[in-house]
Amino acid sequence: MSDYTLKELMTIAAAREIQDGDIVFCGTGISMVAAMAAKHICAPNSTIFFETGAIDSILEETPLAVADPRVMFWTSVNGNLADSFATMQNRFTGVHVVGILGAAQIDRFGNLNSTCLGDYTRPKTRFSGSGGACDVGSFVNRTITFMQHEKRKFVPKLDYLTCPGYLDGPDGRKKAGLPEGGPMSVITNMATMGFDENTKEMFLTGYFPGISPQKILDNMGFEIDISRAVEVPPPTPEELHILRERCDPQRLIL
Amino acid sequence: MNSVSDKVMTLQDAVRKYAFDGCHMSIGGFTINRNPMAAVYEIIRQRIRRIHLYAHSNGQGVDELVGSGCIDRLEIAYGGNGRFAPTCVRFKKAVQNGSLMVEDYSNYQMTLRFMAGAMGVPFLPTRSSLGTDIIDKWGFSSELRKTDNRLPNEKLIVMDNPFTNWTDAAKVVLVPAITTDVTFIHVQKADIYGTARMEGLTFSDVEQAKSARHVVVTCEELIKNDALRANPDSNQIPHFCVSAVVHVPWGAYPTACYHHYDYDPTYLNEYRKHAENDDLYPAWLDRFVYGVSNHQALLDLRGEAALEAIRADARTGYAVGLDRR
Repeated sequence: MSDYTLKELMTIAAAREIQDGDIVFCGTGISMVAAMAAKHICAPNSTIFFETGAIDSILEETPLAVADPRVMFWTSVNGNLADSFATMQNRFTGVHVVGILGAAQIDRFGNLNSTCLGDYTRPKTRFSGSGGACDVGSFVNRTITFMQHEKRKFVPKLDYLTCPGYLDGPDGRKKAGLPEGGPMSVITNMATMGFDENTKEMFLTGYFPGISPQKILDNMGFEIDISRAVEVPPPTPEELHILRERCDPQRLIL
Repeated sequence: MNSVSDKVMTLQDAVRKYAFDGCHMSIGGFTINRNPMAAVYEIIRQRIRRIHLYAHSNGQGVDELVGSGCIDRLEIAYGGNGRFAPTCVRFKKAVQNGSLMVEDYSNYQMTLRFMAGAMGVPFLPTRSSLGTDIIDKWGFSSELRKTDNRLPNEKLIVMDNPFTNWTDAAKVVLVPAITTDVTFIHVQKADIYGTARMEGLTFSDVEQAKSARHVVVTCEELIKNDALRANPDSNQIPHFCVSAVVHVPWGAYPTACYHHYDYDPTYLNEYRKHAENDDLYPAWLDRFVYGVSNHQALLDLRGEAALEAIRADARTGYAVGLDRR
């Protein structure tokens, strides 16, 4: 039963958060596999869509980028970037979108940095930049963020705020003029986290089997509430089968 | 030159005619798909310098232009290349060593900026990026913007909704239009007049093309005007937007071209390994870019087996079962 990898557990943990009927915005890598898994496990009527404009792709093979030709096959609509981001900004459709993101740094309000470390004009380390992440974080109701659980990644202050979470707290988005919504969860290689309804601060919702809440805290650059955490159930044999045989049989991501 | 005339020319001539030192340029495609790579390599061979490049997520093409020293300034949303380079390697090095000046926007903002250029309006509004450093941190300073009349004097502007909360939006971000001297796109089909058809996703190629003074279209297939007219709903670019048409089979290689070929995982992995090493990278450029006279010579160098491996399957439009590790 314990024959699973952390990456597989992370993917399943994200898939379980997707609700039937959601429109799922996917980035590259593990987020695509999570969205594919959700369709087989808990959200058969969810729709996978990509910022490149592909809607409801039939992913017979795992795409390695959101512009991979594999996302273009047997879609319901092949659109473009203008369409896809408008779908999220649009208040009729945007509220049904759940976005799956990743980042180099995250803070306690779920704001993300995927741009740089150090000074912006002469950074110590440069990353890819926003891509569509800032748009997703600005527009959609719920986001799930994948992170590596390391102290240098969970920071009190981001080097660069690329993608808005709750900004500086409960009224942050409203003050800035952003639509409602914001981060729903953070999934790492140790734990799952949510955001408090009132304070909008990150708190521990689940710890992976064999990992203590204290170890999770030891690997973060800020304190979070661990009093509400429960152990995350491991993937079931059926979930693992789906993941391995139907979502990433070539093992390109997992 | 945008009339109904025969615009077919060689890629060498098209680049010589429409790209120049210091020009403002954009290239089509997205990360590992339909980048106009034959044109990118020709721009590198002609050693065009000080280019001001606009991109949303044009991974491979941007990285090769940056790596060969063609680009001074880059306005971009995403400098990554999917699984092949989470951050584009030469882009990362150039920003970190200070040789490339970058201005960051989001993908939607870059798309809107091209769209504004295509529409002939000075800006378009969005609700994206409110409260973020995309608004607060500028790569191009106010001083630089004042001295260069090809740059808008603000990166972007946040304003209260002038229609007072109409559609429940309190604030909007205005992003400035982009107009380029030249835009290069690679398409599946075009005719000699420049009418063009893309298959699969179009990304922002249509907006990019329409925001350019001159468009150079490279195409997999140069087909009869009547063949495009037989299915006009599938065509996106009208002839009067286009200045030059170049027939370049495999013109997006090593990126993918839907229905024709996949990306080449071997080339992209080898590229990354060489790009990561400053000692190896010049030899790579010498061999695969400067060392070949044109795109066909690059294809010959890669060999028939490499191309056959990525040829698209008729049903799916990509190379089924391709080893992509």
